[in-house]
Amino acid sequence: MKANPTDVLTGIYYIDGDVAAGYGALAAGCKLVAGYPITPSTEAFEAMCRKGPQVGTVFIQMEDEFGSISAVLGAVWSGVKSMTITSGPGYSLMMESIGFGAMLETPFVLLNIQRGGPSTGVPTKTGQADMMQSRWGSHGDYELIAISPDSPQEMFDYTIKAFNLAEKYRCPVMIMSDECVGHMTEKVVIPEADKIEIEPRRFYKGPPEEYLPFSPDPDLVPKIAKAGDGLGLYITGRVHDERGYPVKNEEFKAKYVRRLVDKIRLNKDKIIELKEESTDDADVVVVSYGISSRVAVKGVEIARQKGIKVGALRLVTVWPFPDEKIIDLAKKVKAFVVPEINYGQIVFDVARCCHGQANVVLIPHGGAGVHNPLDISDAIESAAKEDKKIEGVVEFKTRLEKIVFERGLKLKE
Amino acid sequence: MAEIRFAGYGGQGIIRSGIIVGRAASIYDDKFSTMSQSFGPEARGGACSSQLVVSESKVLYPYLTAAGILVAMSQAGYDKFEPELSEKGLLLYDEDLVKPKASRGNITPFAIPATRFAEQLGKKIVANVVILGFFTAITKVVTYESMKKAIPDSVPEKAIDLNLKAFERGYNFGLEVLKKQKEPQ
Repeated sequence: MKANPTDVLTGIYYIDGDVAAGYGALAAGCKLVAGYPITPSTEAFEAMCRKGPQVGTVFIQMEDEFGSISAVLGAVWSGVKSMTITSGPGYSLMMESIGFGAMLETPFVLLNIQRGGPSTGVPTKTGQADMMQSRWGSHGDYELIAISPDSPQEMFDYTIKAFNLAEKYRCPVMIMSDECVGHMTEKVVIPEADKIEIEPRRFYKGPPEEYLPFSPDPDLVPKIAKAGDGLGLYITGRVHDERGYPVKNEEFKAKYVRRLVDKIRLNKDKIIELKEESTDDADVVVVSYGISSRVAVKGVEIARQKGIKVGALRLVTVWPFPDEKIIDLAKKVKAFVVPEINYGQIVFDVARCCHGQANVVLIPHGGAGVHNPLDISDAIESAAKEDKKIEGVVEFKTRLEKIVFERGLKLKE
Repeated sequence: MAEIRFAGYGGQGIIRSGIIVGRAASIYDDKFSTMSQSFGPEARGGACSSQLVVSESKVLYPYLTAAGILVAMSQAGYDKFEPELSEKGLLLYDEDLVKPKASRGNITPFAIPATRFAEQLGKKIVANVVILGFFTAITKVVTYESMKKAIPDSVPEKAIDLNLKAFERGYNFGLEVLKKQKEPQ
């Protein structure tokens, strides 16, 4: 299905990533945005307030983040596409309802413009330390999808993709962006509506009396209905059967939660998008996502000028994690280098898939800035020279870390 | 590649300046440009700045590594960002608002009474566009033609004429300064 022309603000813009994500949501057909504005995601709200009315999209400023995400879930069950936007502490407050959304198989999008944490952290500066939270933040077993864009153009493109994935797999989709990309202003091209593919909602169209809201199609995803259409709808956060009625026996728990997890795991090949470059004969592969993957290219270029065989694997989709790709590369390469703006999150998933076959080096960054490309090239160089197999994750000492340590900031011995 | 810092105080259109030049470069000159701005209390009345990277290829590192050009519209902005200006950099400043220190390295200073010109044109608020005209003539990071297209895209419709006049004023002043420099002393 093509995008609705009235939703698409076709043109060439010079806008920041937040605004581009807002325009992407409009193009995807998002009709309700509920949120509680928080730095550094506020520009996305502003874009919605300015342009939303032109395309019939409603923005509600809710009383808090609990209200925001709940309004989004409600809007989806009333039949529209919906999104919430947040950052930092706001994201933490939304955790319970992300699980609720996953349990109800509610297709919605959450845009998280990550900022420096923990707690209030550094509200106006960048971070990538919510990555594990995005995967494991709500209680219980569930799977969702997370995407990490690296430019305002990608904020537009991948917000549309996020909506499409949410509809296709009926699950929450996180856009795990960050302050640097959110506040970065660049050229953004918004094409004509007929160039934009939109995934329609999987509405049930059969006889009303036969409708079972949680009876899956062969791809494990059930058809959805909207409240008020006359179909029998009972939705609950409790483990439920195909009718949506609560059940508490072991067998149903196994059956229902298994499917919730498997509908993502077994469709991984179709969901995951990676950008792989020169990994074929590489000694070292840099694995990164979001803004760090963009800065990493600079580091890779510098390392290549020194004659090091280095490839790059960019995780456009961070969750579900591309286990098979890492397992496969681990057999061929000497080491993985993982720059991320945190003290180690995705690097542990890389290590998990390595099975000790390749060394794994983390280039940490505490946030409020992005990596120095020279740190990335140095880490690549030392990983290429290392002949010993090293167990666990090795931490590369960055220039910044060295300064901090020279000033004597260390634990008492 | 050009790495540019615009510095001034909130309300002078410092961030808008970065947007106008960035837009001219990436939309009309077909280059790549990335603009990042300062946030927080400093962007709301105090010292304020934006940084712009203009390149022939995709900008990978979004921030400045060594500023080649500093456009200073306030003393505080100058004091804060002068140290990051590279030794061969260009310094453009409003001569009524900034008193530069003794020049270091091979930094070339270019002065313009941008705010005074803007007042003569009728509105102080266009001082940033006056200095953008000056910037265009001196640095040649963006073309005159592209700036003439980017300005109307970036200001309210009723202010387009005034802004274009302000741009011309700064641009012509820049050409005069360059001409004088070339004349034998």
